[in-house]
Amino acid sequence: MLPKIYGSIDEIVADIPDGAVIMVGGFGPVGYPFNLMAALYRQTATRLTFISNAGATFGRKGPIDFIHFYDQGRVAKFIGVGVGSGHPSYPSPLERLVREGKVEAEQVPQGTLAERIRAAGAHIPAFYTPTGVGTEIAEGKECREFNGRGYILEHALHADYALVHAWKADTMGNLVFRRSARNFNVIMAMAGDCTIVEVEEPIVPAGELDPDQIHTPGPWVQRLVQIPPDGIKKLNVREWRERLFNERRLAQVARSQEQSGEKAQ
Amino acid sequence: MSVKERLTRDQMAAIAAQHLEPGWVVNLGFGMPAFVSNFIYPEMSIILHAEHGLLGYGPVAPPELEDLDTTNATGDFVTLLPGAAVMHHADSFAMIRRGLIDCVILGAYEVDSEGSFANWKVSVDLPRGLGDALGGAMDLAQCSKQVYIMMEHTTADGRPRLVKQLSLPVTAIRVVKLVVTDLAVLAMTDKGFELQAHAPGYTVEEIQALTEIPLLVSPDLRPAV
Repeated sequence: MLPKIYGSIDEIVADIPDGAVIMVGGFGPVGYPFNLMAALYRQTATRLTFISNAGATFGRKGPIDFIHFYDQGRVAKFIGVGVGSGHPSYPSPLERLVREGKVEAEQVPQGTLAERIRAAGAHIPAFYTPTGVGTEIAEGKECREFNGRGYILEHALHADYALVHAWKADTMGNLVFRRSARNFNVIMAMAGDCTIVEVEEPIVPAGELDPDQIHTPGPWVQRLVQIPPDGIKKLNVREWRERLFNERRLAQVARSQEQSGEKAQ
Repeated sequence: MSVKERLTRDQMAAIAAQHLEPGWVVNLGFGMPAFVSNFIYPEMSIILHAEHGLLGYGPVAPPELEDLDTTNATGDFVTLLPGAAVMHHADSFAMIRRGLIDCVILGAYEVDSEGSFANWKVSVDLPRGLGDALGGAMDLAQCSKQVYIMMEHTTADGRPRLVKQLSLPVTAIRVVKLVVTDLAVLAMTDKGFELQAHAPGYTVEEIQALTEIPLLVSPDLRPAV
């Protein structure tokens, strides 16, 4: 069945219901579906389960990301790699919510996450991996030896929806990704029951894309939408980081000026 | 009386780079290890692998050569070297799991006498299975051919990071082959960790005093820089 091509980014996610399990592509902001996430945020679905590497990771001042859904109390569970901030002295918002019992989290080693997603797409219900043997990650999981080495049983990870960001697409849903923006998008497109794709370049008629260059064949894709002209196609990560860093520095300077102004009085 | 300085992060990165063999496929972890790429020169023929599916990346791109889709694992824009390749996430970790990574360089909180290390969880109040930062470290550490660790020799309050037994949740068991700290370079031998090089001005006794593991001393012990 051919994918449906939507004219509006809000329409393409409008029917995502409360309680949906949603995979979100990208490795940080690279290949992240900024526009689909913003449209999902504008809609009201709640009690969502998100499956992702870590999100765009720019925080509250960045483009719409999981943090904005956490702030609105719309997330029941996060499954992915980026649960903690990496800095024990500065817990991430998700860590705080986990400690308060407000959001559930499941942290998965990155390779295991990728393979669980691919397995769901490939109808492999479970598989054995060496990753995590002997660590906390192995607890409660079946362990088995093959060729004298221990492996743990991991299960396929499914989603109702996969939000994917692609570079090129044609009307049959064939997708091409660009450089490191590929990452999770290919496997999430496989695993999602309903794969929703935002596309950078104009969606072209079938026959224009070279069959050898296609990363995701059409049958994996259910819905396509062109990223609108005022949408985000790619972010300059460095500029964003510098801007956020400068804003924080300016805020610090302003605060310390206020404090010294108060002391002078 | 001279003031002794510990090795800088750049010096540690250069030392780690010197321990890479020509033609190796190398993965650099988050934090200190990322700086090793600054000391990998073309004549070393190293192939850098980034976990999100980029193989054959080169130095960080100057602004005029930035490509918004071409980043390393820490999110810096990088250049690509001739022969670079892109793959999706599952294929990238298939490459890792299959053992095609000759060497991974990771940061750590602690390394024990057997070469097990902890680098993903310090917040022991978090539930089991949840930690501060668990990315590709377990896949990389358990499946790469060599594991090198770059870390400070002691904690902020002066306690050893080279310990008899890990006090933090383990990342991988008995895998570490080389440790580069700001005081020492240690190589795993079949009798345990051997001190091979020291920060200039530091004696074996001073380094041993800051290390819980009894260290063997290389007959070729030399200054690290």
